[in-house]
Amino acid sequence: MKKRPTTNDSRLTTHDSGPGTQDSGPEPSAPALDRRGFIRLASAAAASLAIPALSACDERARAQFLRRHFHELSPEEVKGLVKRLEADAKERFGRDCTIETKPAVQDASFGYALDISRCIGCRRCVHACVKENNETRDPEIQWIKVLEFHKDHGIDFPEANPYYCGPNDEDQNAPKTEYKAPENPLSPLNKKQKAILENQDIQYPLYQKADGGGSNQCAVPRQGRFYVPISCQQCRNPPCVKVCPVKATWKEPDGIVVVDYDWCIGCRYCMAACPYGARHFNWGEPQVAPGDINPKMHYLGNRPRRKGVVEKCTFCIQRSRNGQYPVCVEVCPVGARKFGDLEDPESEIRYILEHKRVLILKNELNTRPRFFYFYSV
Amino acid sequence: MRNSSLSFGAIGIVMGTILVWACSEDTAEHAGTADKKPAPKTAGAASATREVHTPPPPFTEGIFPCSECHKDMETNPARRDLTDEHTGIVFEHDSKNRWCLDCHNPGDRDKLRLASGALIDFEHSYLLCGQCHGPTYRDWKAGVHGKRTGEWNGEKRYYLCAHCHNPHSPRIKPIAPFPAPRPPEGRPFILGGPGK
Repeated sequence: MKKRPTTNDSRLTTHDSGPGTQDSGPEPSAPALDRRGFIRLASAAAASLAIPALSACDERARAQFLRRHFHELSPEEVKGLVKRLEADAKERFGRDCTIETKPAVQDASFGYALDISRCIGCRRCVHACVKENNETRDPEIQWIKVLEFHKDHGIDFPEANPYYCGPNDEDQNAPKTEYKAPENPLSPLNKKQKAILENQDIQYPLYQKADGGGSNQCAVPRQGRFYVPISCQQCRNPPCVKVCPVKATWKEPDGIVVVDYDWCIGCRYCMAACPYGARHFNWGEPQVAPGDINPKMHYLGNRPRRKGVVEKCTFCIQRSRNGQYPVCVEVCPVGARKFGDLEDPESEIRYILEHKRVLILKNELNTRPRFFYFYSV
Repeated sequence: MRNSSLSFGAIGIVMGTILVWACSEDTAEHAGTADKKPAPKTAGAASATREVHTPPPPFTEGIFPCSECHKDMETNPARRDLTDEHTGIVFEHDSKNRWCLDCHNPGDRDKLRLASGALIDFEHSYLLCGQCHGPTYRDWKAGVHGKRTGEWNGEKRYYLCAHCHNPHSPRIKPIAPFPAPRPPEGRPFILGGPGK
């Protein structure tokens, strides 16, 4: 430890000799600490502690600590920030990663639609999303949650079953699955499943690869059930953004609600505010095997996170800002997921909004999602 | 009373104007006045969406070209159980009213035949499906039915009907799902509200 400030600083006693004081003689040895004095002392102590603490850590960590809000950074500062983060990522995963900060596509306004009448609940989107966006495998965070509902009851959230065809499936009528816990919690997928995510074309023709017919296997879609995958609804009136006390989350011009993981203080107000359960907190240090890291990253999207911050779906910002579909759209074997520009009258999403029966989740809350569910039959 | 009827009238007029305006917009759109539409984001985006790129049709291995076997055979149009070849085909596609040669061309076996008699390649089988499944074909062309990959504002790749649907038995077959999520310890699942 370096030098501490002396406590019998003469400034602390200056207010003690005011007109209200009864004491006759000056007593410099017993100073009364009033509010202002205390704050002075505390800030002086904090500063004297912080400076040596900061100078003790390396250049990168210091710069990271003293940086300003993302919106206040000049282009040069952003470049420096990205360089620091890339170096961090390399240190952590031993791989060269690129972190881009590409701004929104001019005049684009993203929209997403999901065909509930087509979704079969195969969860390929969930795991493709985990892989693309470097979501932690253990503890497990998945931005997409696929809920199973009864066709007779409709969308009834308390009845939702997210664990269908798994070891925690409480559905008594469902065929029981022989469950084998993954040997390595860091990579829960088997070889075949990994291959599908690597090259989705091998799942076609779909009817020939329908491997779920076996006696012990649980196959989807199950009789009398339907599936509603839920992820961030990218609200135009996002309650999560409203409650953030530090502006660590905001709406981008193309409509994507993003989080600056370096600015997030982990208060989880946004999680309480989100009516869709779409935000996820890193309760533990996120773990991804270095070999599974997607090195193509965006600052506001899939770059590595730390323990204690909140994360969420960003429409695969690193893909969508480069013209690509989000990975969930690309991997969906039945084509139930649609993505596009609401401003483009030729886009699929506009066709859906103009021609199909569209459902908005929890519409009564006036969150005005950019995510629509629709029926095509 | 009078006030409210007046305001209703006013609302009516406003609604009417909006309707007329909306309709005129609509007809202008259909008449193809290009200047009304905002320009596409990237050059050639609009034209690219109209082009249909599909991966090759999903033939069973070694089955194509059909003419390899069929060229010397005499065509037997009779409805019958196939016992020698194609025994794996389960035919559940309006099988009461249809038979092989309603879609497969009896002459040049490497082609499909439309109701009009026109011959098409297997790459364009969607034309054949679209003869009966009009609304679905319309959705498919718009990119809404079926899978699309590529770029949201540029070149896209369409999958054929036969990539997902078995043409002889088109209902989607159940498949094994990827692993279920692990439940958080000691907590029931909650989605922005009380769980069970």
